[in-house]
Amino acid sequence: MRTDQYQGHDYYLMDDLLTEEHKLIRDTARAWVKKEVSPIIEKAFEEGKFPRHLIKGIAEIGGFGPYIPTEYGGAGLDQISYGLIMQELERCDSGLRSTSSVQSSLVMYPIWKYGTEEQRQKFLPGLASGELVGCFGLTEPDHGSNPGGMTTNFKDMGDHYLLNGAKMWISNAPFADVAVVWAKDESGRIHGLIVERGMEGFSTPTMTGKWSLRASDTGELIFEDVKVPKENLMPGRSGLGAPLSCLDSARYGIAWGAIGAALDCYDIALRYAKERKQFDRPIAGFQLQQKKLAEMITEITKAQLFTHRLGQLRNEGRATSAQISMAKRNNVDMAINIAREARQILGGMGIINEYPIMRHMMNLESVITYEGTHDVHLLITGMDITGENAFK
Amino acid sequence: MNILVCISKAPDTTSKIAFTDGNTKFDENGVQFIVNPYDEWYALVRGIELKEANGGSVTTVTVGGADADPIIRKALAIGADKAVRIDTAEGDPGSVAAQIAAYAKDQDFDMILTGKETINYNGGVVGGMIAEHLDLPYISLATKLDMNGGVAEISREVQGGVEVVEVDGPFVLSAAKGMAEQRIPNMRGIMAARTKPLEVVPAADVASNTAINTYALPEEKGDCTYVDADNPAELVRLLNEEAKVL
Repeated sequence: MRTDQYQGHDYYLMDDLLTEEHKLIRDTARAWVKKEVSPIIEKAFEEGKFPRHLIKGIAEIGGFGPYIPTEYGGAGLDQISYGLIMQELERCDSGLRSTSSVQSSLVMYPIWKYGTEEQRQKFLPGLASGELVGCFGLTEPDHGSNPGGMTTNFKDMGDHYLLNGAKMWISNAPFADVAVVWAKDESGRIHGLIVERGMEGFSTPTMTGKWSLRASDTGELIFEDVKVPKENLMPGRSGLGAPLSCLDSARYGIAWGAIGAALDCYDIALRYAKERKQFDRPIAGFQLQQKKLAEMITEITKAQLFTHRLGQLRNEGRATSAQISMAKRNNVDMAINIAREARQILGGMGIINEYPIMRHMMNLESVITYEGTHDVHLLITGMDITGENAFK
Repeated sequence: MNILVCISKAPDTTSKIAFTDGNTKFDENGVQFIVNPYDEWYALVRGIELKEANGGSVTTVTVGGADADPIIRKALAIGADKAVRIDTAEGDPGSVAAQIAAYAKDQDFDMILTGKETINYNGGVVGGMIAEHLDLPYISLATKLDMNGGVAEISREVQGGVEVVEVDGPFVLSAAKGMAEQRIPNMRGIMAARTKPLEVVPAADVASNTAINTYALPEEKGDCTYVDADNPAELVRLLNEEAKVL
């Protein structure tokens, strides 16, 4: 792989809206990625393995639960800081960002929001420091866009719960120490349980054959009569709204992350177009290439503006799920289109792993599907503006 | 061990360079500022490493206005213990050195470290001038600095080789590549930097002896023509007929 020459692009001087600490946090994440991840990411992707030695570094740059209060080992930062870290991680690879955002938004967030004080003390500091890795079990083989139809269930056995079922497409599952698992009680109500590795009947087989997010480990969670201690149930919230609120946090992170992937593709395509000569002049001088590049930076700038605004709303606790859906959907679609256009600007070089564009493009096929598909997010907006539910 | 590291503000190396006010001012619009890399990567990090190994404290000093505070916070996030900002616009190297010397003369530092140069104006003389003001030994372009008891063992690059120097007592040193590895701040450091002391001290009465009249961009590089190594005759022909320099 070539040396990572990435530089940020800030066409509307958005940096003026950031605090100096925001910029320091972002630049720190960027410097760490360039030093520790860029040199090895293509190999990890090729081998289909998450480079687990990076866990410590992700923790050190604040990549695990930066908005979790300091008393639980987090950094107590705002939502824009979280977004900037996600942007810088996904600028390198969506799988890297996935590992970080799953741990932050889907494991630490529910334990912080819905767990007991004992659960927070027991799990959050280790998750923040990277000593523990977590995963999130909501999706099932037969229940993707319709998580409410889940069949994973638990029975109250008096002194413990008995958990049965299976979850699929779970990031971090193969090496996770803890899993936040959503399952129905005997009355059909959804609750969150913290399942720990080593509990009898709990296994996490790796899923293979992915053409996407290859530098992130994905697996199943299988529960066969797993005895879960009663103190591992998160009492703060039940019903489908509980896992969906975690997804709001994760989708918000993805909205920022997708800007990172788009920026990387644009940055490479712009540099390449200025250096590559055909017909005795740089191809950046040809109108069709300029159209591609100009449209890319326009779309990136629009996404930067409205995602920053979404961050402000989240800081104020005013961002709605529908607003987050709109940003996730728009930004991932924007990024995947920019990856495709950038690939064309690079011609044949665009398909070689000397450049990360095809890797971004392949990764984004997952990102446009997980945490609410492109179509489902459209229907969320549709329902929000019309009041009519088109899901069923 | 009491270490002073001089930190200056420089535009990021990817900045677009432009001028305003009839080419008399550098256009800062949209420019990101960073800690001058030689100050950060080499002088500051080595200072912090020595403190970690031997105890003591690392203070940074910067001549500049409040616009320098972000880069000073970064130095604190990397691991400096406290920072001093001498509150006046950064002038020419002579005035910067006089300001730092005026601050440092009563402070009892064991060593004063600078980067070997700044990447904005390619200045590299502040360290030597501080040493002259304070009547201290000056070791320039150092690539290695170790403490052995109270004695500093220093390697410096010289023409065609390396010179090894020993200094006891306070000294001023300019650090070059090789002195230390880049250290990326971590979240704990960024959070700690919020509360570390940044003392703003009034400037000494020192005038800048030089002023910048105008700026100009270098001429754009021309196209490069490659000539086969086995064909010197073609090279001579091009130099004679095309470049017309022979």
